[in-house]
This record gives sequence, structure tokens and C-alpha cells, in this order.
Amino acid sequence: MGQGFLAILRRDVLLAFRNRGEIANPVIFFFIVVTLIPLGLTPEASRLAEIAPGILWVMALLASLLSVEGLFLSDYRDGTLEQLVISPQPLYLMVLAKILAHWLISGLPLTLLAPVLGMMLSLPEAGYFPLVLGLLMGTAVLSLVGAIGAALTVALRKGGLLLSLIVMPLYMPVLIFGSSAVQRSVDGFSIEGPMAVMGALLAFSLLISPFATAGALRVSMHG
Amino acid sequence: MWQWFHRLGSPRWFYQASGKWLPWLSGVAVLLLMIGIAWGLGFAPQDAKQGNSFRIIYIHVPASFLALAGYYVMALAGAVGLIWKMKLADMVMKSAAPIGAALTFIALVTGAVWGKPTWGTYWVWDARITSMLVLFFLYLGVIALQYSYSGQDAANKASAVLSLVGMVNIPIIYKSVDWWYTLHQPATIKLTEAPSMHPDMFHPLLVMILGFYCFYAVVLILNTRTEILYRERRTRWVQDMVGPAGESGQ
Amino acid sequence: MSQAAVLSLDAIAFERDDNLLFSGVSVALEAGDILQVEGPNGAGKTTLLRIIATALNPTVGRLIWRGEDALRHRQTYLQNMLFLGHLPGLKQSLSPVENLQWWRRVHPDNTSLESLDVLARMGLRGYEDVPCYTLSAGQQRRAALARLLVTEAPLWVLDEPFTAIDKQGVAELEGLLVQHAERGGIVILSTHQDVGIPHIRRLQLTDMARVA
Repeated sequence: MGQGFLAILRRDVLLAFRNRGEIANPVIFFFIVVTLIPLGLTPEASRLAEIAPGILWVMALLASLLSVEGLFLSDYRDGTLEQLVISPQPLYLMVLAKILAHWLISGLPLTLLAPVLGMMLSLPEAGYFPLVLGLLMGTAVLSLVGAIGAALTVALRKGGLLLSLIVMPLYMPVLIFGSSAVQRSVDGFSIEGPMAVMGALLAFSLLISPFATAGALRVSMHG
Repeated sequence: MWQWFHRLGSPRWFYQASGKWLPWLSGVAVLLLMIGIAWGLGFAPQDAKQGNSFRIIYIHVPASFLALAGYYVMALAGAVGLIWKMKLADMVMKSAAPIGAALTFIALVTGAVWGKPTWGTYWVWDARITSMLVLFFLYLGVIALQYSYSGQDAANKASAVLSLVGMVNIPIIYKSVDWWYTLHQPATIKLTEAPSMHPDMFHPLLVMILGFYCFYAVVLILNTRTEILYRERRTRWVQDMVGPAGESGQ
Repeated sequence: MSQAAVLSLDAIAFERDDNLLFSGVSVALEAGDILQVEGPNGAGKTTLLRIIATALNPTVGRLIWRGEDALRHRQTYLQNMLFLGHLPGLKQSLSPVENLQWWRRVHPDNTSLESLDVLARMGLRGYEDVPCYTLSAGQQRRAALARLLVTEAPLWVLDEPFTAIDKQGVAELEGLLVQHAERGGIVILSTHQDVGIPHIRRLQLTDMARVA
């Protein structure tokens, strides 16, 4: 039962390792776009510190969105997706494995890079822990939710822009709780509330998303 | 029960039956809307603070109600279509999407128009307005997805899955936007809550809400009927009815 | 048709967006049968094979595997079925060995064959460890066909398996199919080539659009 899960997880991580350039792209994107902010706004530390939580979260969200498009695309194009859909393993678990692999190669690096960028945006000290903890859970939710959109648009010739259109509204709760946790911590309030909600969002999307994604993949394969 | 269910699932039966109810339902909708508008605009008392500008709620509030309810109608129709493979449900889902989007748009625009005299600006990031905007995006996503697929069946299934995911997410989005708003709420802005309204203002609103529900049903049925004719255009009964000269045979 | 049919297609029809591709496709297959699906381009060969592979659902009709509805008992059916589609299903940046290995993990088998030996038998000796994108189309097809040697599924559904492979490869593959049938397996394939397999059964899909 868990065999398919492990096989796909190993395969996708290996594939990502072979195509290292592709993993680096969202991370570099995150880096560059955050660099644009002081250039476009102000280099003044106090004003940057004020908007840092929101900026970091919005950019992480966009970077994750950028990478989620490819989640099923190459599998669809080379016929492996079809092999997965008709393999005797539960599709739910294999989809979950693909999402986990996606998080390992996109969400996790983004989370690890975030403190560096926070420092560059003069994020106050109290903000780092909630930023990292929030991103750790939040990027996983983004991968899970994005997977549904990626599965729905994989068979379309120009799915990319449509994917952002259908997925972004669903990303909003993550953004709200993620960035306000950082803000609250900076302002000296407790972050338990938003973090608990983030955990709940993660648990809920873990339950729902692989199911919806598997269904969406079947729709895409049949279409 | 099951026989009824299957009969309802037949587009042809629905087309013919709805043709009989439609005049009545339209009549009720028009009557309610006319009473509501006349009462609300002409006879309801002025608001103490907002003067006459508050009267836009007679459009704004029902449109907002229906915008949200319409999403549930769409998603549930989509679910029925997915689970029981009922063609009619797919058509209802497809027809409901643009109506819901239009109502959401009306709610947003009337909200903005109302906002100008009340708050001095067309747009504020109020919790309800923001939620309404997100709802508008959700509708746009479903419509865009529907029209991106070249095949009708795949388009229906895909948008059904998306509207179900959206339906599950709406309460979460609304709650989180609410929470976000309480964090940043500027104390000066506060919306008039409907239940705290004076009964003389509230009763015409009730009539308008009822009228909007009927109106929504009429438009949804009309839209679905068009979709049925289009989808079943090659079948015998449609061709018999439309006739070679295009004259209505009903 | 005898009662001993292992796989039967029962009046299968497929319709997409109100266009009927084919209908009333019925055939009963017993152990040892090799069935070639024939028809002009656009007649629905690939669609029919994908229906048999459960990658598509038929609009009407049933797929019966050992007396049970295959779509209802999908898990059991899928354990007994191998499908090779139009696309080889290989990850281009993985080597043939790595490709075979992930596939074997997703399709549990009890064969103790080494993946390397299997690929050598498919004529890929010396190419086991290079990424698939450096291989020719024929070699990629062979890497995909290597799954036939490790599977224990009795039912093989192969869409255009002879595409891009050389003459010798075609002869070897034909030998493999016959051997599988002799051991009691069933093969369903589509191809435009004339196949040198004795006692092959044929299913003709006519182009409905052209008839109508």
C-alpha cells in the first residue's frame, strides 16, 4: 500500500535532483523579486520592516504558484501520469507523494531562504520564528491546494495563467494567517492563534486535497 | 422518488415542464420586485444619518445574498452532475456561473456607489467587500476553466470539481477575511446591520430579497433552457419543436 | 463465444461531446488469445484500448474480467492488466534502469529478475545507465517494453507496440507475445503493420463518422 507512495516520492526527488535548475528557479525568483521592493519603494529600514511580513509572504506565495504548474505537466506529457492512474496502487497516495516531493523541492527551500530575505528587509527579530514556522506549514498548504489547480489545468494547452486565476483565491487564508502571525509577533502579541489555524488548514488540506487532485487528474485524463 | 429524480434529470422533461411554470414564476418575480422597489424607494423612511443614499441596499443586499447562494447552487448542481452523471445538473451548473458572477459584480458596484456618500470613497477594504471580491474571483475561475476545455464533458467535470473545492473553501475564506479585518479594523467604519434596521426599512428589503430569489430562479431556468436547446440541438424533439422554419411549435 | 471467456467487452460504446466514436463493440477473449484491433485513423483504436485499460470510461457497456465487472472491481483488474500506451511513459532524465525500477515498485511483482538483465534482454545492454533522452525512439520503446518481461499480469493491452522498433525487434516482440499467449495470457494490441502471429484474432473498428 505504501509502496507506491515511496516509489513516487523517491522518483520525483531523484528527478528534481537531476533537473536541479528547475528547482532553483522559484527560489531565485523569490530572491530577485524581494530585491525589487527596496528599489521600488525605499531603502529606509523602518519602512521596510513595516511591510516585510506581507511582502515575504506574498512573494513566497507567488514563487510557490510558479512551481506548482509543473507538478503534473511532465508526467502528463510523457505518459507516466497515465501509468500512475491505471496502476493498482491507490492514486490518493501517489498524488500525496508527488505533492510531498513538490513541497520538499519548492516549499522547504523557500522557507529556508526566508530568514535571509527577512534580514535584508530589516524584519524585526521577533518576526523570524513565526515567519519560518508559518512558511513551513503554509507552503505545504500552498502545494496541496495548488495541486488541485495543477491537476485541473494539466491537459490544457495554456494552463499556466488559468492556474493562477483559479488557485490564488484559495491561497488567501494562508496568506492572511501567515503574514499576520509574523506581524503580531513583531507587535508583541502571541502567535498561538494564527499558528493553530495554519495547522488546522494544513490538516484539512492534507485530507481533502489529494482526494480532489486525484479526481481532477481523472477528469484531465478522460478529457 | 427515484422515478421523479430520473424524470427531472431528463433535459427534455425539464424544458417542457419549466415552460409551464416560467410565466407564473416570472410574474411573481416582477410583482415582488415592483412592490419592493416602489416601497423601498418611495415609502420607506429616510435613514437618520445616510439620508436617501441608504436606499441602494434594496439592490445591494439581495444581490449579495444571491451571489453567495448562487455559488452553492452551482457547486451542488456540479456535485449532482459528477456523482449521478446527470446531464441536466451539468447544464444548470454551467448556466449558474455567469449569473452568479453578474450578481457578485452588481453587489460590488452597488457597494462602491454606496460607499462614496457614506465613507467618502468608492473602495474600502472592508471584510464583506473583500469577501465579495474573492467570491467574484472564484466565479471567474470556474467560468474561465469551463471555457478553456474544448470538450463539453471534460469542461463540466472540471468546473464541477473546482466549484466544489471553492464551496468547501468559501467558509474558510470568509472567516479568515473576517479575522483579518478585525485585526486592522479602523474604528470609524461600520456598516448598518440589516436586523437592527427599523421595520419600515426592513420589510421592503424582505420583499426585495424574495423578489431577487424568484428573479434568480427565472434567469437560471431561462439560461438552462437555452443551454438545453443548444446541447440537444441534434435531437428529434428539439428539431420538431423548432421546426424547419424556426417557428416555435410549443 | 464460450462461457470460459476471461475478458469480455460487452456492447461497449464511446461518445464524446455527443459524437459517437463507436458502439456495440463486443468481444470475448479466452486464455491464449491475441486480438488485433484494426481500423482507419480516427476509428477509435486508441480510445478502445484506453477503455480496456480503464484510463477512460465507456459511455455504455461493460468490461468483464473473470465474470466480474472490471470497473467495479478495479483494483483486482488493474493487478491483472498491463497497459502500454501511445506515449512510452518514461521519464526522460532517468535512465532505463531507474525507469523500470520505479514502474516495478508501483506495479508489485514477484519476479526475481534483475532489472539490468531484463534491459539487456531487450537489447539495451550498455545503455542501462544513460538518461533516456539520449536514446533513440526505438530504444525508448524497448525500454518501455521491458515491462513485459517483469510483469505477471495475464492481460496485456498494447497500443502500437511496434512503433519505431527495428525488424529484429519486431520479430522478438512477436515472439514474446506468442509466448505470453501460449502460457495462457491474453494480448490486445493495435498496429498498422502486418503482424506475423499465427491464429491472431481481429476486431475491425469502422469509422462511424465516415459511414454516417
